[in-house]
Amino acid sequence: MSDTSAPPATRIEPPVTEEAEGFWDATRRRELVLPWCGHCRRAFWYPRPVCPSCLRPDVGWKPASGRGQVHAVSVMYRPANPTMAGRVPYAVALVDLDEGVRVMSNVVGIEASEVKVGMDVAVTWEAMSDGRNLPLFAPDARTP
Amino acid sequence: MSADTIRGKAAIAGVADAASPTGDLELHGRALEAAMVREALDDAGLGPGDVDGLFAAGEAMGLAEFLGMRPRWLDSTMTGGSSFEFHVQHAATAIALGLCDVAVSVYASTPHSDGKRAAAARASGGGGPGGGGPAGFGGGPGGAWRPPGPYPAMAWEMPYGLRMPIGAYALAASRHMSEFGSTAEQLAQIAVSTREWATRNPRARFQQPLTVDEVLASELICSPLHKLDCCLRTDGAGAFVMTSAERARDLAKPPVYVLGAGSGVSHSIISQMPDLTTTATTVSGPIAFEMAGIDHGDVDLLMLYDSFTITTLLLVEDLGFCKKGEGGSFVEDGKLGPGGSLPTNTNGGGLSYTHPGMYGMFLVVEAARQLRGEAGDRQLPRCDVAVASGSGGVLSAMSTCVLGSEAAL
Ligand SMILES: [Zn+2]
Repeated sequence: MSDTSAPPATRIEPPVTEEAEGFWDATRRRELVLPWCGHCRRAFWYPRPVCPSCLRPDVGWKPASGRGQVHAVSVMYRPANPTMAGRVPYAVALVDLDEGVRVMSNVVGIEASEVKVGMDVAVTWEAMSDGRNLPLFAPDARTP
Repeated sequence: MSADTIRGKAAIAGVADAASPTGDLELHGRALEAAMVREALDDAGLGPGDVDGLFAAGEAMGLAEFLGMRPRWLDSTMTGGSSFEFHVQHAATAIALGLCDVAVSVYASTPHSDGKRAAAARASGGGGPGGGGPAGFGGGPGGAWRPPGPYPAMAWEMPYGLRMPIGAYALAASRHMSEFGSTAEQLAQIAVSTREWATRNPRARFQQPLTVDEVLASELICSPLHKLDCCLRTDGAGAFVMTSAERARDLAKPPVYVLGAGSGVSHSIISQMPDLTTTATTVSGPIAFEMAGIDHGDVDLLMLYDSFTITTLLLVEDLGFCKKGEGGSFVEDGKLGPGGSLPTNTNGGGLSYTHPGMYGMFLVVEAARQLRGEAGDRQLPRCDVAVASGSGGVLSAMSTCVLGSEAAL
């Protein structure tokens, strides 16, 4: 897991909401954690104050491996907004984490057009403006 | 009481829609909505005083006041593009239960001309109506966070710069291609077949024939989707009037019966879609088909949401016209176009006719026109059963209506 270089512009940065505080706090230490239901004994995504399977508030945080596989990918040849203009082309992917949840992210550290469905990836971090870090993914050594 | 009790109980009695080859309409806002309501009521041979059920995607109360209506049934169901298929389902249910007698659903949106109006207003020193998309779908200056309105979960997608809405559909297309081997050429064929229909619609935005090569040569915006895989952005408006089957038989036009209707919702944001290649049309379609008592071979016309070519491909599969994953090879012979075995989107669709943002209204209007034999140069030789299947959100909220002529009842 390596750092990416300084971003060309500040991305749109989501607020730290009450239900996501644990997630963002962990990113300050470059740790990926997932919301986890103590009743269903499994991770879910995205952070909510209740489990989307059982609706119980028995929700905590569990460290994640940071490893996963690209489930789908699209390369943006036009930016979604001005903050991303300096990055085109860039790859937006849905990544299936080993813990069984699917997250959206960017796959970096490789030509955007080279990101393929099924590719093994691992988390990497990009600094945000307030000390948090944004989880991104890069090709994992597991890929031959 | 079983769900099939609404079969044939309600009918579409009047329709109207507005679109122009320039992409612009003269009217906008409430005035355009009012014009559509009046036209659809005229078409039915009814008047505003007959309406006791009002439907709008988002805010029906203020609309009722504007139109001088005092409805006893109000429905503001807003599921994006599929809102109007939901409205058909809800109106048919209310009418079947006797809870309202004459229902109107209306839609007007003028994204193509809004910008010009705003510029003109600025030039004349006035404030003018703001254009602008929904809050949360764009970043403020310098990446400042804008509240995501009703979709706070978007916070988990926005940092990654997925261009919306095309990017969400591009992810579905990516997965479909890798899982099933469907190709960009096959998707392009959907745009080509739809354009063939548009050449027969004098109000279509684009009426020149199109080739697969032209689609593939158009700008790659979000791989694997090209510019010509995307719907238009035009002004457009429409309305439909529904009433009981009995009453519809005494009105101006042949009734278009609601034979079946079903809906299904699977997610709101694309990263939460349970299966990127299977929509909740696998729920809505079977409900609607079973209620109508039809099989695939009975369908004369398909009106499928086509925000993007992949949308249509998924709907063809999810309605069961071919197996999951085989949509690409199913459509590549052009069977969706004129002369094909499965006429689809005969008005030219959102890809070539009009797409003001929530296209589902036009699925219903075109189906009604075909079933009534009023579709001009594009009229199908035989049309007794039409299926209108809408998609709202990002393949999120799906709704399917089976509509039929007297012969299908
Ligand atoms: Zn649970």
